[in-house]
Formats: sequence, structure tokens, C-alpha cells
Amino acid sequence: MHPFSYRQASDEQAAIGAVGQPGAMFLAGGTTLIDLMKLDVQTPSQLIDITPLPLTKITELPGGGVSIGAMVRNSDLAHSELIMTRYPVLSEALLSGASPQLRNMATTGGNLLQRTRCYYFRDVTTPCNKREPGSGCSAIDGYHRIHAVLGTSRHCIATHPSDMCVALTALDAVILARGAGGERRIPINDFYLVPGDHPERENVLAPGELITAVELPAMPFAARSHYRKVRDRASYAFALASAAVALDIQGGAIHDARVALGGVGTKPWRSHDAEKALIGKAPGPDAYRAAAEAALRGAKPHKDNAFKVELAKRTLVRTLTMTAQKTV
Amino acid sequence: MTLTRRDFIAATLATAFALTLGARAAQAEPEAAKIGAKPMATAPASAGGDTMPITLNVNGAAHDLAIDPRATLLDALRERIGMTGSKKGCDHGQCGACTVLADGRRVLSCLSLAVAQQGKAITTIEGLAQGETLHPMQQAFLSHDGFQCGYCTPGQIMSAVGLLTEPVGPEDADVRENMSGNICRCGAYPNIVAAIQDVRKANTNAPV
Repeated sequence: MHPFSYRQASDEQAAIGAVGQPGAMFLAGGTTLIDLMKLDVQTPSQLIDITPLPLTKITELPGGGVSIGAMVRNSDLAHSELIMTRYPVLSEALLSGASPQLRNMATTGGNLLQRTRCYYFRDVTTPCNKREPGSGCSAIDGYHRIHAVLGTSRHCIATHPSDMCVALTALDAVILARGAGGERRIPINDFYLVPGDHPERENVLAPGELITAVELPAMPFAARSHYRKVRDRASYAFALASAAVALDIQGGAIHDARVALGGVGTKPWRSHDAEKALIGKAPGPDAYRAAAEAALRGAKPHKDNAFKVELAKRTLVRTLTMTAQKTV
Repeated sequence: MTLTRRDFIAATLATAFALTLGARAAQAEPEAAKIGAKPMATAPASAGGDTMPITLNVNGAAHDLAIDPRATLLDALRERIGMTGSKKGCDHGQCGACTVLADGRRVLSCLSLAVAQQGKAITTIEGLAQGETLHPMQQAFLSHDGFQCGYCTPGQIMSAVGLLTEPVGPEDADVRENMSGNICRCGAYPNIVAAIQDVRKANTNAPV
């Protein structure tokens, strides 16, 4: 691990000021960052520990939404009564991710910035455009069973690894970020960038900006929501494909729907096309399969990950089926 | 010259004691690395590669150390404090052998920086037994032969003790799911699940 200096920030303003210096990075739960520092993938010269910041509350917003402080631990968020009853898809997504120890460490803000598990990104002896712009992509011509089929470019096919963010994407979460110029609100669907020509840019955060909170808008029908994750092991593995779904079923028809996919996209993948395919239809296999076909229509599989296209479709069909069967 | 095991341990302990004294003397300002409350200019931070004075509370005792910011809690426990119960397996948060409790919650000491643990109560496997009386989870692991080769065991037991305070369902499958961050290569899993279920069913309010 490269040498670095370490400081704790006790208020937001000081944290933002300190991270403005060259080579400085925020340290939250550390579950991604310390791991990548041990691999020399990330080499900050200064760590600004933001875990003492008092951003640890989950609070109800006027109008029925919920605000989640950036330092709320994943395990606390997953087990929050408010989240379990109003947004079960988020609780289920969190509990499907990582291990209990990691969930006790990881934070909401940190999870939003989790880095890809692409093995070439994590291996500094191989070229990677995300790690070293212009060096090339080892995955496209390499072994890419775990890689993305949606949102890829000729420069990068790395998958976004988070489960939490897939649920947040289905729920239209808003990210609150504060920088030297004040606070701004970023809808999660505008937060992540597809790789394009700049895979090293993963989100729209400006240098020095601190994520302070995530807000979930009021969405009463999200009480009928579900997260399903398909992976190589029964537990403690990243998704090969996952789906976050919320369904508003009224009078035997789907009145509204939210669909997001994980494990298959270069960012948490919202599918408005799948939602359109569902709205107005009777819940059932025909509507679900049509939604799945719509969701994967733009997929660009490579030789080792072609199986993900059908896997993601079946995962979405199964998730929609189970969501519709939920009693709320 | 022949060095007996007793000589070696005595020499090692003496060195450790001297280092500890040195660290305590060097500790002028425990909060030296905090920013925010006071102006940045007066808040010294360690330059790259330098050490920082910290105090770790491990199993109820304070340990003063001068430590490189790169040191993980696991390395501080094993290499500096001499508590080698927590094991280094993968060192990347994947195997759970290094699991300890921080303020009663199970975490991975290999992904925790030692300098970030000040003010937290750390509990390691060495802190579970009360004198000669084993923690009920330690006893249950013995009774069910959940120790097996022993390498993953401290992490398994710490994880299991952490599990007791979490909202985990009653079934064996719930225990398996919630122990999935702890990897055992010699196949003690059924015995480990049985040990944990014994302790949970006994409904002991086991001290942590």
C-alpha cells in the first residue's frame, strides 16, 4: 500500500475543504477503498475519514418520502422498519449484498461509489481504460463472463457491482451532494455515466463534492416491490443478473411499474421500455416476458457473457411474478 | 548460543513493553488528527510513511501505539498488541477469518484502518472468555467439534457472537446465510451451525 496521511473530519465543511487538496480522498466504510489500496489500484496520498460526520439518520420526509444519511450503515438501512415496510426492494437488495460483516461497515454514500469488480480493473499488471485512460480494455478480448451486456462501449464493459443502487434506481432516489459551492440534488438516473469514451468517469460528482444523503420520493405502491439476485453461489457473491421491481396493480391491471436491472449493465440499469411494456397490461406471464424482451433489446453480448441476456430476462420475469404475488 | 522458547518470549515481551512505553510518551495529543473543530493549519496529520500516536481499546484495555496509517486493525492486533487470535486469511474481506466486534458489531479487521478505530470498543476472540469460563459460543463450538482445523475458528466464533444480537431468523438456513461471510475449508459448517443454534436456543444472554 502506498503511504498516505490520515485525518478525521468532524464536520461537512472541513471534510469538503480537506478533500479539495491533490491526492485526497474520502474514507467511509472502506470496504472497497482499503481493498483497492491494498491492490495499488487506488493510491490516495491523503485519506479524509468522514465516518465521524453525523449523517447517520433515517428520517421520514413530509409527504411520505424518506431521507437516508450518507453515513447510515447498510445493515441499519436494511433493517430499518421504515424501509422494510415502504421500500422492501431496498431492504432485500441490501441484504443480498456482501456479508453481514461488510454490511456493518459499508455506508449508503460509500456504496453509491462502489467500484467495479472487473478483474482487469483490479489487476494493475493488465491494461484497463477505467484505471488508466487510453491503456486499452483487457476484458473485451479477454475472459468476460461477469461483464456487462447493456451500456457498454468499445472502451469498457465493466459491470456496476452494487445491489443497493439497483433498488435505488427503481425507486427514483435523489442523491444530495455538497461542494464548495453549496448543495445540489442529483436524480440517481442522472448520477451514473455509461463508459462511452471516458470509462474513468463513473458519475457526475465534481472533485471535492461530498454525498450527504439519499432521498427516496414517496411511492406508496413500492410497498409491493421485490429484489431478486442470481449468482454463482447461494450467498455472498456478486450478481450475474438481478432485478428490482415495484408494481402498482389496480383493478386487475398494472397501473404503474418500476424496473431496474443489476449485474448486466455498466451502471444500475433502469428500463423505461420494460415499464412501458407492463403499464396497462394484466399481470401475467405474457406481460412479464414482453417486459423482459424490451429490457434486454439493446443488449450487446460477448462470447463468455452471452448467457446473461436470457438469464436477465428470466430473472426479471421471475421477479415480476413474485412481486405481483406479494400481499401488501 | 541456544535460545530457549522461554528466553525468546521474555525478550519479545520486553521489546513490546519498551515500544509501548515509547508510544505512550510520544502521545502528546490524542485528537491530533481531527479536522473541523479547529483550524486546519493547527491540525497536524501524519505525513506519508510517518507514524501516528493512537490508543486502541481492545478487550477492555487501552493500548497506546505509534502506528503507520496504513496498518490495518488486524495487523495492529497481531503484530503490535500480540493478540494473534484474529487470523489473516485472504486479507481482502472475503474470508471472515479476521472478524472482530467493534462496539459490539462484527466487522472485518483486515479492511479497517487501525488509526480509524480510536474510541471504539474492540472485542477479539481473546476477550470472550471470563477467566477460565469460556463464552457459551466457545463452549458450543467445542461441544459440536466446530473447531476442526482451527484457522477460521476465531472469526467464525466472533461472527457467531455478533449474529446473536442481529435480527436473524430461527432456521438453520438463516444461520447459514448470516455466516456466509466466514469461509471454512475443512468442512466444519454443519457442526458450526449446530453450535450456533445450541447457543441461540439456550437463549443465553451471553456477555460480549
